[in-house]
Amino acid sequence: MSVDSATVRRVAKLARIAVSDNDVTAMEAELNAILGFVEQLSEVDVTGVEPMTSVIPMEMKKRADVIADGDKADDIVANAPASEDHFFMVPKVVE
Amino acid sequence: MSDLLSLTIAEARDKLASKETSAVELTDAYLSAIDAANPMLNAYVAVTPDKAKAMAKASDDRIAKGEAGALDGIPLGIKDLYATEGVHTQACSHILDGFEPRYESTVTSNLWADGAVMLGKLNMDEFAMGSSNETSYYGPVKNPWRKEGSNVDLVPGGSSGGSAAAVAAHLCAGATATDTGGSIRQPAALTGTVGIKPTYGRCSRWGIVAFASSLDQAGPIARDVRDSAILLKSMASVDPKDTTSVDREVPDYEAAVGRSIKGLKIGVPKEYRMDGMPQEIETLWQKGIEWLKEAGAEIVDVSLPHTKYALPAYYIVAPAEASSNLARYDGVRYGLRVPGKDIVDMYEKTRAEGFGREVKRRIMIGTYVLSAGYYDAYYLQAQKVRTLIKRDFETVYGEGVDALLTPATPSAAFGIADQEMASDPVKMYLNDVFTVTVNMAGLPGIAVPAGLDAGGLPLGLQLIGRPFDEETLFSLGSVIEKAAGRFTPAKWW
Repeated sequence: MSVDSATVRRVAKLARIAVSDNDVTAMEAELNAILGFVEQLSEVDVTGVEPMTSVIPMEMKKRADVIADGDKADDIVANAPASEDHFFMVPKVVE
Repeated sequence: MSDLLSLTIAEARDKLASKETSAVELTDAYLSAIDAANPMLNAYVAVTPDKAKAMAKASDDRIAKGEAGALDGIPLGIKDLYATEGVHTQACSHILDGFEPRYESTVTSNLWADGAVMLGKLNMDEFAMGSSNETSYYGPVKNPWRKEGSNVDLVPGGSSGGSAAAVAAHLCAGATATDTGGSIRQPAALTGTVGIKPTYGRCSRWGIVAFASSLDQAGPIARDVRDSAILLKSMASVDPKDTTSVDREVPDYEAAVGRSIKGLKIGVPKEYRMDGMPQEIETLWQKGIEWLKEAGAEIVDVSLPHTKYALPAYYIVAPAEASSNLARYDGVRYGLRVPGKDIVDMYEKTRAEGFGREVKRRIMIGTYVLSAGYYDAYYLQAQKVRTLIKRDFETVYGEGVDALLTPATPSAAFGIADQEMASDPVKMYLNDVFTVTVNMAGLPGIAVPAGLDAGGLPLGLQLIGRPFDEETLFSLGSVIEKAAGRFTPAKWW
C-alpha cells in the first residue's frame, strides 16, 4: 500500500499538524519509504495468533475508588500558556 | 580533581564512606568539568548547580551522622524525558518550551531518596525518537570518542545520547536513560559504556514523558557493570501510580556482579547474523562466545525465526502509540502555543512548529496505521507478529536457555549529519535491528563494551535475559567486562 498527497493531507488533518505543499511532497516520499519497509509483515502467517495486549502477563491493577489526591489547581495550570481563575484559556470555540 | 572524576560509583561510595572525599567536593568537580566540556559536547541541556550543591551538602550531613543512603553524594545526570520538579523537562522538544513540572518522576524520586545528587538534564533525541541524538531541538551531542587520528565528530547514538556521552566523558558518575527500541543499549555500545534495559514493568514509567507506552522502560547508563547494578537497584520499585509496574521485590543486583556463570546455558541466535554485517562485529561476537565458554557457560545455537519482522512491527506499534500519546501537546495545558484564527488552527500551527521532522513523521505513520480501513492490515497484524516474536523467546527459554548473546549494534559510531542516514529514514532505523526484539518481547537486555574496531571506536555485545532475571545479565556482563577490559576515550574536548 502507498499514500498519495491527498492521503498525506488527510492524515495531517487527523493528526492536527499544519502542512505546506513542500511538506506534503517530502512526507509522501518518506511515508511511502516506511510503509514499503513494513509491508513485509503481510507475508507472516498469523492464523490463530492472538494480538499482543500485555507484554508481561499480569492482572490489571485496580486502585480503590477513593479520593487520594487533589487541591492542586495552582499546580495544574502553572504551565499553561494562558489561564485565568484556574481555567485554561483558548480561542473562542462557540459563537 | 580529575582523580575524583575517574572514580566509579562503587569507588566514590567507598571514599565518601571513609571521608576521603566529600559529596560537595565530588559535585564541585563534576560541575567544573561540565562547565569546561559542555560547550563542546552538548551533553547537558540544563545544568542545576545550586540544586546539586544543596543536595551534596545534605548528603554530607547524612554521611556525617551515619545515615547515608545507598547513593548518598553520587552526582548523576538525568535524561530530559524524566519529570523533575521545578526543573527543565522538555523531552528535548520545542513543543514543551518552558515546561517545569510540579511533580517528580517515581524513578528520580527513588534516586533522591537514596541520596543521589542531580547535576542537570541530559540531551536526547526529541521525544526519544532517534538513534543518533540528532533530532534534539537543542542540537546533536558529540560522541567523546573519535576515530584514531581523526577530528571528525561522531554521534553518541540515541535516543539517550546525552546520557551515554556524559557518562563516557566523565561529566556525571552515572545517568538515567530510557529504552523503547534500543535507546539505552545502542548509545551505550557506541560510547563504550554499560547500559541495561530492565524487564518491562521493573521501573515505574510514572513521570517519564510517554513515547510508546507498551515498550518504554527506564534504565541506567554507567561506566561499568557494577555501577549499572547499583543504579538499577535504586531506580526500580513497585509503584501503585503505574498500573504496569510489577509487584515483585527488587533484588540486590550488585550481589550478582562477579557471581559464577558455570553451567549457564547461553543461546546464540543464528538470525542475528545479518547480511552485510561487518566482519569486526562477527569477530567480536565470537570472542564473546569464547569468554563465556572459558568462564564455564555452555553455548548452544538457537533460532528465533521471527527476528527479521521485529523492526517492521516496531515501526507500526511504536508510531501508533506515539501518535496517541503525543495528542496531548495542543498548546492548551503546557508548553508552546502558536496563535491561530480559531482553536483548530491554533492546534495545527502549534504542532507544526513545536514538533521536529522525525516526530511529525512518526505521528503521521501512527495516525495512518490506526485510521479507519487500515487498522487491521497494519496495527492488528503487527500486534500478532509481536506475539510470535515473544513466543520465539519463550520457546528458547523453555528449552533451558538462561540468556542469549548477540551483537549490540550493526556498526560503530557514525558521523554527525551522515548523508546516507539523513536521506533514508529506514537506514537510521536499522541501528536498532539487534535491540528492538527485546522491547517487543518485554525482556531485559544489557549492552557491555567488548572491544574496539580497527579505527579505535568502541563496540558492544548484548545479553538478553529471561523476564525479571536481570541478575544473570549482571553476572554474564561482568564476565565480558573482565575479559574485554574497560574503555575510556582520549580527551580532546
